Amino acid sequence: MARVLLNLPRSAAKGAVIEIRTLIMHPMESGFRPGMNGSILPRDIITRFRCSYNGEEVFRAELSPAIAANPFISFTTVATESGTLSFTWEGDNDFRQTETRDIAVT
Amino acid sequence: MRWLLLLLGMAAAQPRSGTQDMSRELQAMQADDSANPGMLWMQEGEALFQRREGLAGKACADCHASLAGVAARYPAWDPATAAPIDLAGRIQQCRAERQQAAPLPRESEPLLALTVFVARQSRGMALAPPADPRLAPARARGEALFRQRRGQLNLSCAQCHEERAGLRLGSALIPEGHANGYPQYRLEWQALGSLQRRLRNCMVGVRATAPAYGAAEYLELELFLAQRGAGLPVEAPAVRP
Ligand code: HEC
Ligand code: HEC
Repeated sequence: MARVLLNLPRSAAKGAVIEIRTLIMHPMESGFRPGMNGSILPRDIITRFRCSYNGEEVFRAELSPAIAANPFISFTTVATESGTLSFTWEGDNDFRQTETRDIAVT
Repeated sequence: MRWLLLLLGMAAAQPRSGTQDMSRELQAMQADDSANPGMLWMQEGEALFQRREGLAGKACADCHASLAGVAARYPAWDPATAAPIDLAGRIQQCRAERQQAAPLPRESEPLLALTVFVARQSRGMALAPPADPRLAPARARGEALFRQRRGQLNLSCAQCHEERAGLRLGSALIPEGHANGYPQYRLEWQALGSLQRRLRNCMVGVRATAPAYGAAEYLELELFLAQRGAGLPVEAPAVRP
């Protein structure tokens, strides 16, 4: 399991715009770099990030080889109802990680 | 006496943290725990601190509650080996003697994680190198190393970090070269690294041979750097370009 830092409010007023920040530990090996022995290191990147809110997708990003290691993604959504936000990172070599956070909307 | 004078001299010329030489964006990244990638290692270190290890079956947390202020006064004198020791070395010592666990290699991820977890507890506290006179000879050797020319480019640390601090080397701004932000996340490394790794970068930069991790030469330089930066706030994990 990769280390993840998630930053979002635990509660929010209905209709408020909330900011979500995510950071995940990942090498984002581009597939273009030579390794110690001169041969190209195989690509190993996160290709997609998704956030869903009570099952409905609210944000998605496609990641490319030019993105640095340990990618930081920040975005906003509207607090519509209490429930669960789920965050999924997917990538090369069957990389897949999901984290969830509950939010109370009042 | 000699380094009392040195202390007075330093107080006159306020040291300037490398943080102040960075873009606003990087300063913001460093200051924000949800954007500073060093916090990923912090989190790892916190978990390792709680974990039982070694034959003694003890976790760091079984013996230590807060280690606030500790990082600000390292490197320190180690009576057991009658030599200076830095924070990573001190953690290794507890691991070997108190936990009876296998040593972690220098610059390994778990050692960096534990070190940053301990160092961050001193964040904001002023670097306060110990006045222990037993450290003085090694610190003086560190200063001599700092002023000694090295490498194919034949440059000393002082020629860049004292004489040319604030000027540019290619696109990079030459900082005063202080040690208050380690372990640190360097964008160039795309990882967390120790002060020794940073020193190796500077040595390789002037095409000098860098000694192996843990060499006495680094400890001596670390001691001198701590003295030179006395009073600067601990900023671990700092972010640098
Ligand atoms: C069995 C108890 C025990 C365990 C386990 C232990 N320590 Fe310690 N540690 C001590 C004692 C006692 C001292 C101070 C006395 C000494 O110098 O040995 C100390 C000193 C230290 C210091 C120096 C403090 C100072 O004020 O200079 C650091 C840093 C430290 N330990 C970190 C750790 C870390 C990190 C771990 C886990 C990897 C750990 N210790 C595990 C007992 C322990
Ligand atoms: C040719 C100039 C040059 C020399 C010589 C040099 N450095 Fe540096 N040093 C730099 C530059 C430039 C940086 C800033 C980072 C970068 O962009 O590489 C730096 C960064 C540092 C830092 C990190 C400061 C921070 O804020 O984290 C330290 C510590 C340091 N140097 C110490 C040393 C020591 C000790 C020596 C001698 C062994 C040395 N440097 C030799 C140019 C130099």
